[in-house]
Amino acid sequence: MSSVTDRRTGSPLHNLLNLLLRNHIWVFLALTVVVFSLASPYFLTINNVGNILTQGAFIGILAIGMTMVMIDGEIDLSVGAILALASALAIGLQDHMGVWPAVFLGLMSGAALGFVNGTLVALSGMHSFIVTLGGLIGIRGLVFVYSGENALMVQDFSYTEIPEIYLGPISLTAILFFVLALFFQWVLSSTRHGRETYAVGDNIEAAHDAGINVKRHKIINFTICGTLAAICGILLSMRLGTAEPNAGKIWELWTIIAVVLGGTRLQGGFGSMWMTIGGVLTLAVLRNGLRLLNTPNYVELMVMGGVLVLALALDKLLNHKEDR
Amino acid sequence: MGQTINGVLRRHGLILAFLVFLGGVAFNAPSFLTPGNILDVLRQVSITGVMALGVTFVVLTGRLDLSVGSLLTLLTVIVVDQHNFAGPFPAIVMTLLAGLAVGAVNGLLVGFIGLNALIVTLAMLSFLQGLVLFYSGGANVNVANAQETWFAVFGRGDFLGIPVPVILFLVAAIIAGLVLQFTSFGRRVYGVGGNETASIFSGIDARWTVFWTYVVSGFTTGLAAIIMGSRVMGAQNTIGQGYELTVLAGVILGGTSLLGGSGSIWRTVIGISMLGFIQNGLLLLGFPYYVQWLVTWAVIIIAVWIDLGAKRGRIFA
Repeated sequence: MSSVTDRRTGSPLHNLLNLLLRNHIWVFLALTVVVFSLASPYFLTINNVGNILTQGAFIGILAIGMTMVMIDGEIDLSVGAILALASALAIGLQDHMGVWPAVFLGLMSGAALGFVNGTLVALSGMHSFIVTLGGLIGIRGLVFVYSGENALMVQDFSYTEIPEIYLGPISLTAILFFVLALFFQWVLSSTRHGRETYAVGDNIEAAHDAGINVKRHKIINFTICGTLAAICGILLSMRLGTAEPNAGKIWELWTIIAVVLGGTRLQGGFGSMWMTIGGVLTLAVLRNGLRLLNTPNYVELMVMGGVLVLALALDKLLNHKEDR
Repeated sequence: MGQTINGVLRRHGLILAFLVFLGGVAFNAPSFLTPGNILDVLRQVSITGVMALGVTFVVLTGRLDLSVGSLLTLLTVIVVDQHNFAGPFPAIVMTLLAGLAVGAVNGLLVGFIGLNALIVTLAMLSFLQGLVLFYSGGANVNVANAQETWFAVFGRGDFLGIPVPVILFLVAAIIAGLVLQFTSFGRRVYGVGGNETASIFSGIDARWTVFWTYVVSGFTTGLAAIIMGSRVMGAQNTIGQGYELTVLAGVILGGTSLLGGSGSIWRTVIGISMLGFIQNGLLLLGFPYYVQWLVTWAVIIIAVWIDLGAKRGRIFA
C-alpha cells in the first residue's frame, strides 16, 4: 500500500488526507471524543478519562495478543476461557501456596494453553478458528471442573490492593496495557520476530521458502496470546477479588471487534499495535460515553454492531481506492 | 484389499470411532441404547440440529454465520411474545419472516457488498442482542396459556411415539439434503465454495448464491426458535447465547470444511448427533457435567485432524 501512496506525494493537502485515511480509527476516536464531550459534561473529566483507560485496558491486553495472532493470519477464540482459568487459578491456589506462586501458576496456565493452541495449529495444519473454537469449549470446561459452579473468593483482601496504584488518574492496569502495547509495537516494527510475523501473514509459502520456521513462529505468537490473556485474567481477579467461572465469556468477540475496528485485517499481513490501541480506545469511549448519556444497554450493543460494519465497509472502500 | 480397508477407514473412520464409543457406553450403561434414551438425545439435539442445517449451507460457500445464536434468542422472544399478543399462527409467520429478513441483511452485507463474513455476523450478533433487549425491555416472556395452546405440539408433542421436534429435524434435514444434491441452487453452493472465481466464470452469480444461503440460515433458525419457544413456553434474553458455537462445532465435527465446497447435510446430522450422544453418554457413565466440554474439545480436534490428515495423506502438516 505504501508504494501507491508514496507516488501521490504532491500537495501537502494530499499528504494530510492520506495520513488521515490511513489512521481513520484515530480520526473516528477524536470525533467520538468531541461528540461525547459536547453531549455530557462528565465525559472529558480527568476521573472519567482514567476510568475509560482502566475499563479499556482489559480488552486491550487481550487485543495485543490477538493482534499478533491476527497479523499472522490466524485467530484465537479461546482467550476468554484462558482468562477465566488464569483468574480462577490465581485466586484458588492462593490458600495453598501464597499469592505470588499462585499468580505465577495462573500465568503459566495461559502460556501453556497458548502453546497447546499454537502447537495444534502448527502440527495439524487445521485452521486456528477450529482449534481455538474447540479450546473455547474445552478450557471453559476446565474452569468449571476446577472451580465448580461457584465464584472463588479471595481470602486476603490485600490482593485486591495490588493494582490500586495510580499515576495521576491512570491506574496500574492501564499503564500495564500501554507498556505491553508499546513493547509489542517495538517487537513488530523493530525485531526479526516482528518482520517474520508480517511475512508469515502476508504469504505463508513465501515466508517458508525464505527460510522462516513458520511452525515455531506461530507457536510463539499463540503462546504470547495465551500469556497476555492470563495477565488480563489475573488483573481482573485482582480488581474484582473474585473469580467467576463465567468470567470473560464472549470477551473474545469484543477483542476481535476492537482489533478489526483498529484496521488490522483478518486475512493477515497487515496491522499494528497503534491501530489496535485506537480500536480499543474507541470501543471503550463508545461504551463509556453511551453509558454517561444514560442510554439503555441495548443501544450500546446496536451501535457497536453498526460501527463494526461501518469500519469494515470503510476499510474495503479505502483498499479498493489503493488497489486501483 | 489393504487399499480398500484404508479407503474405508479414511472415509468413515470418524463414524467407526463413534460406533466404538456408542458400544463402549452401552456396555457400561445399559440404558444408553434404549429407544427411549435415543429419542431423548435426538429431541435434545433437534434445536441445534435444525439450525446447523442452514449454517451448513453458509459454511459450504466458505462463509460463516455467528449470528444464529443471537437470532435464536430474538426469534424465540418474538414467537413467545407474539403468541400472547396475536395468537400462535401469526406468531409463527412473523418469526419465520423475521428470520428471513435478518438472513437477507447478512446475505446483502456478505454476498453483495463483499464484507468479511465473520465480522459481519459478529456485528449482527451484537446488534441482535441489543434488539432482543430493546424488544423485551429486559424482561423474560412466557406463554400465558401454556397448557391449552396447540403451539405446544412443536416442542412437546409426539407423533406415532416419536417426538415432533425430532420429526421436524429429520424432515428438514431430508429436504435440505435433497436441495443440496439435486437442485441447481445446491450445485451452485458447492461451486461457489469450491472455487469462487471459477464458479463466477462459469456463469454462476456468486453474490445471489451467498445471499440465499444466509436466507436459508435465517429460516432454519426461525424453525429452531419455534421448537425452542414451544418446548420452553417462554424465553429469557440469553436463551440462545453460545448456540452459534455449538452449531458450528457440530458442523465441523461432521467433516464439513470451513474453507467451503466440501461437506454435506448428512455429515452435519451425524456431527450434531455425535455431540448429543457424547454428552448423554458421559452423563450416563456418571462423569461430572462439565467433563463433556473437555471431551468435545478433544473430539473436535481429533476428528478434524484425522479428516484433514486423510485428505492430505499424512498426519502432520
